[in-house]
Amino acid sequence: MMRIIIIGAGVIGTAIARELSRYEIDIVLLEKTADVANGTSKANSGIIHAGYNADFDTLKGKLNVKSNPVFDKLCADLKVPFKRIGSYVVGFNEQDLKELKKKKENGEKNGLDDLEIIGQKQLISQEPNINKKAKYALYAPGAAIISPYELTIAYANNAVINGVQLLLNTEVNDLISDDGQIKGVKTNQGEIKGDFVINAAGLYSDKIARMAEDNFKIKPRKGEYHLFDKEYGDLVNHILFPMPTKKSKGILVLPTVHGNILIGPNANTIDDKDDLSTTSKGLNKVLNGAKRLIPEIPEKGVITSFSGLRAALSSEDFHIDFSENLVGLINIIGIQSPGLSSAPAISDMVVEMFKNYSLRENYELQLKKDFKEKNSKLPHYYEYEDKGKLDDWQKIVEKHEDYGEIICRCEHVSRGEIIDAINAPVPAQTIDAIKRRTRASSGRCQAGFCGPRLLQILADQLNIDPLEVSKKGSGSQILRARSKQLILEKIKEDKRAGDQ
Amino acid sequence: MEEHDIICTGCPKGCQVTIKTEGDKITDIYGYECPTGKEYAINEFKNPTRILPTTVKVEGGEFPLVPVKTAAPIPKSDLIKAMNFIAEKTVKAPIEIGDILIENILNTGVDVVATRNIKKESEV
Amino acid sequence: MTKHKMVVVGAGPAGLAAALEASKNGIDDIIILERDKYLGGILPQCIHNGFGLEYFGEELTGPEYADRFMRDIDQAGIEVLTETMVLNINQDKLITALNKTKGVLKIKAETIILAMGCRERTREKIQIPGDRPAGILSAGTAQRYTNIEGFIPGKEVMILGSGDIGLIMARRMKLEGADVKAVLEIMPFSSGLVRNKVQCLDDFDIPLKLQHTITRIEGKKRLKRVEISKVDKDFNPIKGTQKWINCDTLLLSVGLIPENELSKAMNLKLHPATGGVYVNENRETELKGVYACGNVLHVHDLVDWVSEEAEIAGRSAAEYLNKNQEKRDLPIKITPNKNLTYTVPQKIEYKFKDKKFIKIYLRVEKPMENVKIVFSHNEKSMLSYDKKIVMPGEMVTVNLPVALIKNNMEEIKLSIVEKVGEKNGRT
Repeated sequence: MMRIIIIGAGVIGTAIARELSRYEIDIVLLEKTADVANGTSKANSGIIHAGYNADFDTLKGKLNVKSNPVFDKLCADLKVPFKRIGSYVVGFNEQDLKELKKKKENGEKNGLDDLEIIGQKQLISQEPNINKKAKYALYAPGAAIISPYELTIAYANNAVINGVQLLLNTEVNDLISDDGQIKGVKTNQGEIKGDFVINAAGLYSDKIARMAEDNFKIKPRKGEYHLFDKEYGDLVNHILFPMPTKKSKGILVLPTVHGNILIGPNANTIDDKDDLSTTSKGLNKVLNGAKRLIPEIPEKGVITSFSGLRAALSSEDFHIDFSENLVGLINIIGIQSPGLSSAPAISDMVVEMFKNYSLRENYELQLKKDFKEKNSKLPHYYEYEDKGKLDDWQKIVEKHEDYGEIICRCEHVSRGEIIDAINAPVPAQTIDAIKRRTRASSGRCQAGFCGPRLLQILADQLNIDPLEVSKKGSGSQILRARSKQLILEKIKEDKRAGDQ
Repeated sequence: MEEHDIICTGCPKGCQVTIKTEGDKITDIYGYECPTGKEYAINEFKNPTRILPTTVKVEGGEFPLVPVKTAAPIPKSDLIKAMNFIAEKTVKAPIEIGDILIENILNTGVDVVATRNIKKESEV
Repeated sequence: MTKHKMVVVGAGPAGLAAALEASKNGIDDIIILERDKYLGGILPQCIHNGFGLEYFGEELTGPEYADRFMRDIDQAGIEVLTETMVLNINQDKLITALNKTKGVLKIKAETIILAMGCRERTREKIQIPGDRPAGILSAGTAQRYTNIEGFIPGKEVMILGSGDIGLIMARRMKLEGADVKAVLEIMPFSSGLVRNKVQCLDDFDIPLKLQHTITRIEGKKRLKRVEISKVDKDFNPIKGTQKWINCDTLLLSVGLIPENELSKAMNLKLHPATGGVYVNENRETELKGVYACGNVLHVHDLVDWVSEEAEIAGRSAAEYLNKNQEKRDLPIKITPNKNLTYTVPQKIEYKFKDKKFIKIYLRVEKPMENVKIVFSHNEKSMLSYDKKIVMPGEMVTVNLPVALIKNNMEEIKLSIVEKVGEKNGRT
C-alpha cells in the first residue's frame, strides 16, 4: 500500500488527512508540537468568509467560494460549533461606498448572489452599538463563525478514527529522496518511509519546501487579539469588518461561537516565526481599531489577549502545487486568510492532485467501505445548559458520576468532559490541549480555580508524575518541585560543600 | 556607636524606631509614638522572635500536607534551621488540631503543633 | 426539586457564620452548598497567623479559625453538601447545582445567602504584554499548590502586588526554598499590613520596589524573565527605567474580584466600587430574601469582620423567615462623601426594633493621618469618630447609634476629613 506523509497538523494538514482517509491508503500525519492546531490554526479570527473579498482569478477567491457552502454539513458531521451569522463591511463615506460596490461586484463575479449594500438606518437597527457615523455596509449573509482549533481537532479525530496515524512531537528535519523521487522523511524521532509527501507545515512550509530546493520565503505577519467576557456577548450580532486594505481585512469586531466577543487583528511583519508575544502597541492598536466600529468597547471586559502569525507569501495568494524538483511532493504554502475558510476546497484540490499522481503511478485508489463520516458527539454540560436540557444531563451523570463534578467553574466544564478529551482519538495531553477541546481554563479566572484540578486529572489519566504535567508540551511543566524538595536539596548541597 | 532601625508592627502607622547602642548597651531610643512602640522595638532588637507557620508531610492522610505552627514564637535566627528540620519529617494520619507533631524544636522549648484536622485517607 | 428554608452558597467563613447564626435564631432547615471537597473556603490554605484576634480574642491560623466554625456546624447538625457547584440561580430563588453523586440538583429556596467569595485578578486582565509561558499564576493558586496540594510552583520567583497575599506568599516561597527576587508594587505605598512587610520581606531581605510594575513577559515554554519598569504618578512606565529580571515564576497579587456571576444571573446590579451587590443594613440585596456577605459583597481584610457581617446576614434571613421584620416608611441612603471609596451597607431599610446601632463598613481612598470620620445629615454633623491613621488597605468600621437616626431622614453622608489645627507627621 502506498504511504502518504503529511507534514503539519494544522487545519489544512488535518483536513487533507481526513479527506485522504476515505481511501484505502496508509497515511501518517506528522506534527512537531505536542498537539494539533498549535500553529496559526489556533490563533486567528475564526471566520468562514463569504467569498467576496479575493479576486476570482486567484486560488484564494476560488477555493473560499467553493468551501463556504459545505461547512454546515461538515460541522454537523464532525460535531464542531458553527454559526452562520453574516457579516458587514462598514463604510463611513462616499469613497467607502464606491469600494463596497466594487467588492459586491467582485463577490458576484465569484458566484455570490446574496450580497447587499445597506444604508445607515438598517445598519443601526441590525447593530445598535455601531459607530453612529457609519453610513454604509456590504452585507454578506454567507459569512460564518467557527472555532478554528475545534475544527482542526475534529478533522484530526476523524482522520485517526479512519486509520490515519498521528505522530505528535515529531519534527521533519529533512526529506529523503532517491533520483529525484521522494522516499520519505527524516525526523527527530527517526526516519519514516513514504511514497508521497504533502507539505502543510504552515509557517515553516517554506523551510520544508527548501529541503526540496523549492524556493519560497514566508514572512510571518503578526496579528494580535483581545477576547472579551461573555457578559458583553451581545455587543455585536454579526461579524463587523472595517474597509479592507491591501495587506489585511483590518481590525474586526465579532462574536465567537461560544458567546465571547473577539477584536483584532492588527498586522505587523516580524522575523521570528516563533514569536507569539503580544505587544502594548499592538494591543492598543487593536482596541482603537475596534473602537472605530464599536465606540463603547469596554476595555475592562478583556479576559485574555493573544497573537497569531499569518504565513504570508510575497505573491499573497495560496501556493498549492507539485514540487518543481522532487516527484511525489506537494507544497502548500502561504495559507493565510481565507485559509481556514478554504480548508475543505484545499483538501479536495490536494486529493485530486494526489489521485492524478497515483493514476500516473498506476496505483489504484480505492474508497474505504467503512469510512466513518461522522465524529461521535461528546457530551458538554454547557450545551445542555444553553438548551435547557438538564434532565438529559442528569441521565448522563447517572451513567457516570464524573459528569456530575464541575471542574471549570467559569465555563461550566465537568470532569467527565475533561477525561473524554484526554482519551479522545487525538488525546489532549497538556493543559492547553484540554482548554482547546473543553474550554476549561479559558474563562474569566484563566485557570485560577481549575488549574490545580486539571493538573491532577492529567496526572491521573496519563499515569504520570504531577511534576511532568505541562501547559503546552515539554519544557512548559507547571510545577517545579514537590513540597520540601528544594529545602532537602539545599541541605544535601550544603552538606556536600561542608564535607569538601 | 551603632544605629539600628526597627519598624514597629504594633499598629498600621509602622513607626520607624531607631536604637543607638554602644557595645551591648542601648544608649538611646527614639522614633516611637506610643509606649507599645518603645517596648516592641527593644524586644525586637534584643531578641527578635517569630511564630513559624508551615506544613509537614503526611503519610496516609486525605491530604499530603498538614499545616502547622510553632506554638509560641521562636528566635528569628532559628527559622531556616527549623524549616530544614521540619522538611525531613513525615507524620502519620489521622491528625487533630493541637497535636504536638514535633516537641521542643531545636531546643527552643517550643512545640510544633498541627493547625488542621487530617483524616486517614481510607476513612474519607 | 427540593425545597429549603435557607440555602447558603459557599462554606467559607461567610457561609459558615451565616448558617450558624440563622440556626441560632431558630431556622432548622438550612443547607450549605460547597464546591470544594472540604469546608472553610480559602481559610485552609491560609496557614499563617493573624485570624481571630477580634472575633475570638486569640491569634489563630486560617485552618484553625475555620475549624471553630466547622465544629459548630457539625454540632448544630446543619446539612452541608460538598463537591456541589451552584451553576445558576434565578429570580424565583430556584437554584441549579451539580453534584457528583446526586447529579443535577434543583433547589427552591425561601432565603438565599450568597457567600461565594472572590477570585483573583489575572495577568490577562491587567494586560501585561509578551509571551504566554508556564510559570505565571495568581498568588492564591500558588498558595493552594504549596499548602494543600504539596507542590512548589516556582524556584526563582517574582511577585507583582504587595497586598497581604503577595507578601505572605513571598515568605512562604522563600521558606520552602525558592529564591524570591522582589515584590513589585505599582502604588507608592504597600497595601499590606506593616507586620507582613516586616515579617515577610524585611526578615528575608526580599526587596520591595514601590512604584514599579511589570511591562513585558518573556519565555516561550516556561517563564524566563520579566521586564520591570518604574512608573510615574499616573502609573505610566517611565522610559529608560526598564530592567530585565530573570525568573521562572511570576506570582500575581493584583486584586480580588467578588465572584458575582450568580448574582448577575438573578439580575442583581453590581456596585462599581465594591464589585458586589447593593445591600441594606441586613445585608439583604435588591431581591427580597436574598442576602450577601463576606468577600462576595466587598473584599475584606479581616476574616473576623467577614464572620460578623455574615452573622448580620444570617440573623436577618432568620428574621425574614420568622416574619419578624418591619420596613421603615422611607429608606435612608448612605452616601460615601469625601475621601471614601464606598460604604457597606448602601442603605438602611428596616425599623430598628432592639438594635442599638448600625455598623458601617467603609474604605478610604488614600492613606490619611489624624482624621475624623463624620456622619452628617443635611450638612449638619451627627457624630464623628477620631482615627489616628486610615489606609485603603484596611477596612474601617464605625457604629452609627440608631438613637441618632430620625424617622424623616432620607440620606446620611459619611466623610473622612483631616483634623484641623493638628500637626501631621511624626515627632
